[in-house]
Amino acid sequence: MTENSQLIQAAINGNRAAFQQLLEEYYPVIYRMAYRYTGNKSDAEDIAQDICLKLVHKLGSFKGNGRFSTWLYSLVMNRCRDSDKSRRSHRALEQNYTEIEKHEQENQKDSNRKIAWLYRHISQLEPALKETALLVLTEELSHGEAARILGCAESTISWRMLKIREYLKERLV
Amino acid sequence: MVEKSNNLSDQELDATLNLLRQAPIITPEADIQKMAVFNAMQEFDKKNSAPHQGKSPLLRLIHTVQTVCETINGAGNMKKSHLLAGAMGAAFLAFAFLNPTIFSSLHDNITSQPQQPAASQLQVAEMGSAQTSVAQNKPAKTMQLADNIINEKKADIGGAVSDVKKEKDAAKPAESSDAFAGKSVEAIAPSLPQTLAPAAPSVQTRQEAAKTSMRADIAVNNNRVAGMIAPIDAPINAPINDSSPAYHHANGQDKFEHIQSNPVKSVKAEPVSTFSVDVDSSSYSFMRAALNNNMLPQKDAVRIEEMVNYFPYDYAVPDNKNEPFKPSIAIFPAPWNKEKLVLHIGIKGYQLQQTEKPHSNLVFLIDTSGSMNEPNKLPLLKNSLKLLLESLQPEDSVAIVTYAGNAGTALEPTKVKDKTKILSTLDNLGAGGSTAGAEGIRQAYQLAEQNFDRNGVNRVILATDGDFNVGITNQNELKSFIERKRDSGVFLSVLGFGQGNYNDALMQTLAQNGNGNAAYIDNLNEARKLLIEEASATLFPIAKDVKIQLEFNPAHIAEYRLIGYENRLLQREDFNNDKVDAGEIGAGHAVTALYELTPVGSKEKLIDDLRYQSSNNAAPKVEKDIAEKDAASEYGFLKIRYKLPNEDSSHLISTPIAAKQQYKDVAETPTDIRFATAVAAFGQLLRADPYTKNFTHDDVIKLAESGKGSDNYGYRAEFINLVRLAKTAPALPTQE
Repeated sequence: MTENSQLIQAAINGNRAAFQQLLEEYYPVIYRMAYRYTGNKSDAEDIAQDICLKLVHKLGSFKGNGRFSTWLYSLVMNRCRDSDKSRRSHRALEQNYTEIEKHEQENQKDSNRKIAWLYRHISQLEPALKETALLVLTEELSHGEAARILGCAESTISWRMLKIREYLKERLV
Repeated sequence: MVEKSNNLSDQELDATLNLLRQAPIITPEADIQKMAVFNAMQEFDKKNSAPHQGKSPLLRLIHTVQTVCETINGAGNMKKSHLLAGAMGAAFLAFAFLNPTIFSSLHDNITSQPQQPAASQLQVAEMGSAQTSVAQNKPAKTMQLADNIINEKKADIGGAVSDVKKEKDAAKPAESSDAFAGKSVEAIAPSLPQTLAPAAPSVQTRQEAAKTSMRADIAVNNNRVAGMIAPIDAPINAPINDSSPAYHHANGQDKFEHIQSNPVKSVKAEPVSTFSVDVDSSSYSFMRAALNNNMLPQKDAVRIEEMVNYFPYDYAVPDNKNEPFKPSIAIFPAPWNKEKLVLHIGIKGYQLQQTEKPHSNLVFLIDTSGSMNEPNKLPLLKNSLKLLLESLQPEDSVAIVTYAGNAGTALEPTKVKDKTKILSTLDNLGAGGSTAGAEGIRQAYQLAEQNFDRNGVNRVILATDGDFNVGITNQNELKSFIERKRDSGVFLSVLGFGQGNYNDALMQTLAQNGNGNAAYIDNLNEARKLLIEEASATLFPIAKDVKIQLEFNPAHIAEYRLIGYENRLLQREDFNNDKVDAGEIGAGHAVTALYELTPVGSKEKLIDDLRYQSSNNAAPKVEKDIAEKDAASEYGFLKIRYKLPNEDSSHLISTPIAAKQQYKDVAETPTDIRFATAVAAFGQLLRADPYTKNFTHDDVIKLAESGKGSDNYGYRAEFINLVRLAKTAPALPTQE
C-alpha cells in the first residue's frame, strides 16, 4: 500500500474524517496481520478492534520518520504477542488457519492445505522466530524492515531466517 | 548451514515458501470492521470531546455540584443530601458564575479528607472497577473521581462564561481508564433536558450510574460481540438490563394486543390457510429483556413467528432480483408429539449486492419526551442511530424530526457524507429547544416526500417507547394517516425502546399499516444486529404485500395448526385481492412458517369425522386442477403472492408440498430447521399452549443445541441461555 502521508498527518492532528479514513484503510491490514499471527478469526477480530482503539490514543506517538505501516506492524506485533502468551496452550493446532485451508480460491485446495500447514508450523516457533517468519515470509518485508519492527539488528533477522529455514526443512516431507 | 540428506533442498523449500505468496488473503468481515471503526470513533470523540458534545455545561455543573455535596454530607444522611442537593446546586451555580475559585477551595476540602468517602461515591467507584477490572484501591479511585469531576467542572465554568469557548486541555479527563467511573456519570448527563428541576438530575444520574453495573451480567449473557462493545464504550452504550426497581417509572404498563393461539383445524372443513408474512422481531427482544429481568414475559407479548424469525437462516436463495425469493419445504415428525408432523416453510429474500443497493432517503422521527429519559431509551436510541449511519452510503440522506410537546425539524435532509453534522444533531438531542411546528409525524412524512427519491428507498424511522403524542392523538386517525401515506411510497419502520411503558400494540399496528417493520431494541448489541448486520434487510424491501396460502390434501392430512402468525391471518379471498395489505420482506430476510399437521390415520386426531359426509368427499375437489397422479402423493399446495416494491399488482409463486420432502426424524433435518422448531416449541411453552404435550424446557435446549450450527454471532447460544432462564423465572404478577 502506498502511504498517504497527508492523510496520516491530518489524522494525527485530530481531523476526525481523516482518522476514520485511516482506520478504514488500515483495518484490513491490521486484521490480516493479526489473523496470520493467531490463526483464527475471532482472535484476529478482537485484536484488530483493540488496535483501532489504541490508535486513538497512540497515533500521536508516531513520529513520522519511517513508514507508518512499519510503526503499525510493531503495534500489532506487540498486541498479538500479549494475547498469544495466554492462548497458545489451549487451542489444538489443527483448529487454527482453517479459513486458509477452506478458502475457495481458484488455487487448488491442495496448495491451500499446504499453506495452512506452513502457517501452523510457523506458529509453533518461539515468538521471536515466529514474528520474524511472519514479517519476512508472509508480509514479505525486507530483513531491514523486519529488524526495525522487531527492534533488533538486520543480521539477527538474517540469522533467524536461517534457523527458520532449517526448522521447516526438517518438517517438510 | 549443513544440508541433511533426507531433508528438503533449498530449492524445494523455496518453492514451498513461494506458496505463501499465493496464499489466499483472509479478509475481515465488513460488519465487524464497521463496528470496530465505529467503536474507535466513539473513543476518538470522547478523547477529543468536541464542543458539540460538551453540551450543557449548566446541567453538568448542577449535578457535579450535587455529587460533591453528597460527598461532603457523607453516608449518614442520604435523603437529606438529596433534598439539599437541589437547593445547594442552585446556590453553587450562582456562586460559580461569580467566583470560580470557590471550586478550588472545595477541591482542597475534599482531598484533605480522603478517609471519608461518601457511600454513594464508593458505590460508583466500585462499579467502575468491577467493569474495568482495574486493580485499584477504592478510596483512591473515589478521590480520583472527585478530582475529575472538579477538573471538569472548572472547565465547564469557563465554558459557560465564555459561551462554549472551551479550554480543551482542562476539559479533558486525565486518563481515560482512570476516569472511567467519573465519566460514566458525566457521559449520561447531556441526555437530560436542561429544563429538569435541579433536584431531578441528582436522583436520575445516580441511578444511571448504578445501571452501569448491570453490564457485567450482560457480558455473561451476551456473546463475544457484546464483549467487544462493552470494554470500550461509555456506559451509555452498554446494553442495559433494566432490573433496578427504582427505575421502573411505569411498571407493568406495557401494552400488548391479546393473542388467541391458532386452533387445530380440520382439513375437510377448512382446507385452506392464508396469512401474511411477518419479519418483525420485536417480540423476541422483548421476551429476552423480560427473561433477563428474571420474569416470564406476559403471554400476549409472545408472538411465536417473531421469535422464530428473529434468527438468520441459510435457506436457499434465488439467483436474481426478478424472482425475489423461493420457498424451501420440509416435513418431519413433531418433536413434541410422535403422532403429528411439522411442516416447515422457509423463505429467504434475494440478497442485494453492494452495488445494487438503492439510495436511502431516511427521516428519523425521534421521541424526546420525558419518558425517554432513561439510559435504555434516548441514549441507546442515539447510539443505535449512529450505528445505522455506518451502514449508509455517502449519498444517502438523513433528516431528523423530534417530537415531545412540540414537534420540530432538528435536521433538514442532509447527505450522509456530511456525517459530522448529523452526529452533532443527534448528540444534541434531548437538550430541549425543539421548535414548534407542524406535528411530528406529518413533518416527518413531509420531509420524506419533499426529498423523495423515485429510485431509492424512502423511509420514516420512528423511534419511541410508545408514548405517541406525535401530534395526531387519536389512534385511529394516526393509523389511517399512515395508511394513506403508504400509497405515497414512503415506508415506515418503528423502533421500540425501553420497558415499563412500552406500547407494543400500537407500534405493531403502525408498522403493519405503514408498509413497515417493527423492532424492539433492548441493547446496543441488538441495534448492531438490526442496523448493521441486517441493515439491508431492514432498509431495502425486495417485496411487499407478501401473502402465503396453503391448501392441504385431505387424502393425507386430517388436521393442521398454524404455529404463530395469529395477528397476521387473512381471509381466503384476501389472497388474490391486491388491495389487501400484507407484510414486506427485506433483502436477505428469512421468513419461516411452521404448521403442525395431523396425518390421516393418526391416533391423535382431535376433530372427529363428520357422520354425514363420506371421507372421500373432499378429495376429488382438490384433484380437479392438478394431474391426478401428482396430486395423490402431495400433502398440499403452497402459493405465495407478492408485489415488487414499486409495483401495484402481484406475482404468484406456487409449489406442491410432496411426500418426498418428508424426513423420518427431526434429527435428520438441517440444523436451521431443527433450531427454528426448537424456538417455536419454546414459544408455545411460554404461551402455555396445550399442544406441546410433555415437551419440556430441557427438550427445547437439547433440540436447539443440536440445531446450533456455526452460530457466528452467538444468537443461538443466547437463545439457549434464555430457555434456561425461563425454567426458573416467575410469571409476571397479574395485571389490571
